[in-house]
Amino acid sequence: MKGLHNFIDKKLKPNFTEGGKLSKFWVVFDALETFAFTPGHVTKSGAHIRDGIDLKRTMFMVILALVPCLLFGTWNAGHQYYASIGQEADLWAKLGVGALKVLPLVVVSYGVGLGIEFVFAGIRKHSINEGFLVSGMLIPLIMPVDVPLWMVAIATAFAVIIGKEVFGGTGMNILNIALTSRAFLFFAYPKQMSGEIWIHDVAANKTAGLLVDGHTGATALGHLANTVGKAADSAEVKGIMAQFEPGGMFSFENSFLGLIPGSIGETSTLACLIGAAILLFTGIGSWRIMLSFLIGGLTMGWLFNLAGANAFMGVSPLHQVVMGGFMFGLVFMATDPVTAAQTATGKLIYGFFGGFLSIMIRVFNGAYPEGVMMAVLFMNVMAPLIDHYVIQANINRRMKRSALQTA
Amino acid sequence: MANSIKIRKGTDIRLAGEAEKTLETLKRARVFAVRPPDFHGVIPRMMVKEGDRVLAGDALFHDKYNEAIKFSSPVSGEVSEVVRGEKRRILAVLIKADAANEYRSFSHQNAASTKKEELIKILLEAGVWPFLRQRPYAVVADPTLSPKAIFVSGFDSSPLAPDPDFVLNGEIENFQEGINALNILAAGKPVHLSYKKGSSALTGIQKATLHEVSGPHPAGNVGVQIHHIDPINKGEVVWYVDPQDVANIGRFLKTGKVDFTRVVALTGSEVKAPKYYRTTVGAQLSDMLSGQLSEGNVRVINGNVLTGETSSADGYLGYFSHQVTCIPEGTEPQFLLTTGWLGLGFDKYSISRSFPTWLMPKSKKFKLNTNSNGEERAFVVTGQYEEVFPFDIYPVQLLKSIIVNDLDAMEKLGIYEVAPEDFALCEYVCTSKIDAQRIIREGLDTARIEFS
Repeated sequence: MKGLHNFIDKKLKPNFTEGGKLSKFWVVFDALETFAFTPGHVTKSGAHIRDGIDLKRTMFMVILALVPCLLFGTWNAGHQYYASIGQEADLWAKLGVGALKVLPLVVVSYGVGLGIEFVFAGIRKHSINEGFLVSGMLIPLIMPVDVPLWMVAIATAFAVIIGKEVFGGTGMNILNIALTSRAFLFFAYPKQMSGEIWIHDVAANKTAGLLVDGHTGATALGHLANTVGKAADSAEVKGIMAQFEPGGMFSFENSFLGLIPGSIGETSTLACLIGAAILLFTGIGSWRIMLSFLIGGLTMGWLFNLAGANAFMGVSPLHQVVMGGFMFGLVFMATDPVTAAQTATGKLIYGFFGGFLSIMIRVFNGAYPEGVMMAVLFMNVMAPLIDHYVIQANINRRMKRSALQTA
Repeated sequence: MANSIKIRKGTDIRLAGEAEKTLETLKRARVFAVRPPDFHGVIPRMMVKEGDRVLAGDALFHDKYNEAIKFSSPVSGEVSEVVRGEKRRILAVLIKADAANEYRSFSHQNAASTKKEELIKILLEAGVWPFLRQRPYAVVADPTLSPKAIFVSGFDSSPLAPDPDFVLNGEIENFQEGINALNILAAGKPVHLSYKKGSSALTGIQKATLHEVSGPHPAGNVGVQIHHIDPINKGEVVWYVDPQDVANIGRFLKTGKVDFTRVVALTGSEVKAPKYYRTTVGAQLSDMLSGQLSEGNVRVINGNVLTGETSSADGYLGYFSHQVTCIPEGTEPQFLLTTGWLGLGFDKYSISRSFPTWLMPKSKKFKLNTNSNGEERAFVVTGQYEEVFPFDIYPVQLLKSIIVNDLDAMEKLGIYEVAPEDFALCEYVCTSKIDAQRIIREGLDTARIEFS
């Protein structure tokens, strides 16, 4: 590797440094060079040795944790397609169909996002931060399968520019980048985002009459939202709720494994839990947020059980948390360290209300079946306030101590 | 009966190169240096010229803002050079040592029978005073203030730190005399002395409130102990002294001679045979290091790897150093797949568990170099500093208040209680490679100018 580094250092670098013919592209060169070789920077002040970890490693660990969701999501996209038209297909066929849908999304997300990052880094003359490595993977995973690519491109651009760069870049943003892109699509293109896009080609197949009975292309939460406002013993509601019984399409088992339609990466609780294990094992994800988020969700689900005003409220808390984006949001969205609460106590409060509101929004508001997105974004906004009070308590403790001394 | 303090947060970095418990007494170095930068915040005014002859204990310079605080020569000899840096800032006063040491003699008597004012005067005059430092601000103690307590952390918990029982061996009488003197200076206020759980040298010391401290680094940091024993509030001052310097104060009071002998641990993976040396404050390091350094690019650190200062092989032992550490420089770029951020990283030591090294047995020691292992970034990861910061203080928020220069917030968030060394582990673990110690020092400087 020494030879390669020498070549880069001696032959390529002069072109990009001040005065070189490609000096405009210094940022790009710098990013790629530091990507390949951790620079031989030595400590100048303070501690002479530094921990092995850096932001690149941290971000890579998160991507590693996302891989199970990505793989399962890709397979499930194919699986749902074949299931909707009632065809049998093998693993590779399903992966093939899925990959054709998912890969372009990943490419568009990274292409647009990193492109913007490079431009901003060039303008600001700072090195490129690693933050988007994770956001760029999260964005496709929270998209419906059939979302048009141009919409993803616009949403990504919006999220990176308005969500992040205007605040100063990685580490400065208030809202979770990936969820900002999703929220943007949700509000800018409500028609397209609530349509039949959760299963590949479901709309076309419906028109052509190819759909299997019972497949409407709606998600579990979409179905459940339909029960709200209708008598629990009406035939329609009973028909819907039957699908949530054991053996039904949205049974606990299917929901846990992820064999249901939904955003690409979110359906499988199992895959999310593997990701959570990686994040907790490496110490990168906050167990406080994950645990309190789960408790918050279960608490709200249990409270709804007690109220039991409609069929949706009657769904068991455990079943609630394995449906929709709850687990994905819990593991990957709520734990984003930049937008979450930063203090240990704050994280517990932040997580609890995140989970609590997720379930509350999805049940109360049929127009927003995906409550997790709204809940996490709302808690992102509230996080600084939570931290403020936690820190204020610390300050008050100090003041009180001081007053005792002087008294 | 000692109070017991258990520190839970923190970490012991498993560095290779611990000093073997053998002591070599070095012959007296030929050149000594007293370096004003060792005393943060002191602006030196020279009291001697190049070519002047001095005795051990003769003042070399004093503080511009407090003329009473004098800094004396540790040996007799000739002032050979005043080393100046940018803007003629004085970096070091070099003294070419005589063959035989001559001492300036000070009147001396039992510390216990001396009045506080008298004791302060003699310590100032002999240049022994600067061993006393104060918080807030972590600077040389101001003799005009009355501290609410004096703290002595009887041990150092930083990586490869010298063993307190070993270095104080034979010095306990001097140490007790030093504690007696601190009691006079405290004027009725408590003198707190901590020792590491399991160590025995200091358990018999009289006239001090004893605390038995256990836990990982930074348990030995005096700041941590102050915080757990009697935290500093606004307007309060505490003084603190290193244990070997307590013995130095005691020795001075017993003999009336300035004799800053010190046992120093030579440590680090790049030292061929790490062990202890008896030498003197300010002595040139070359005698200690000759033949001891491995080949290659080695960084010599005056102090420990977390808070020490980069020196050179012919540098001088710092005023507050009781350890010299030599580790390899890390100037080699690391290719991503082999040794970089995507590599498995069996050689990378990390507090996070993203490298497999945390699965290795606790006895495994690591040879770490000075590579920063990444570039500086904005704060992204949270909760990381708190794991190694045993204070009831929010470290990141305090750092941010300093970065934006918000004095009010700094005060509220606890700037008075901390010193750069307390943030050394935070700086070590930081994913974003932020220079926490430098920021804290800037904050302390700002606060000192504004509030005093």
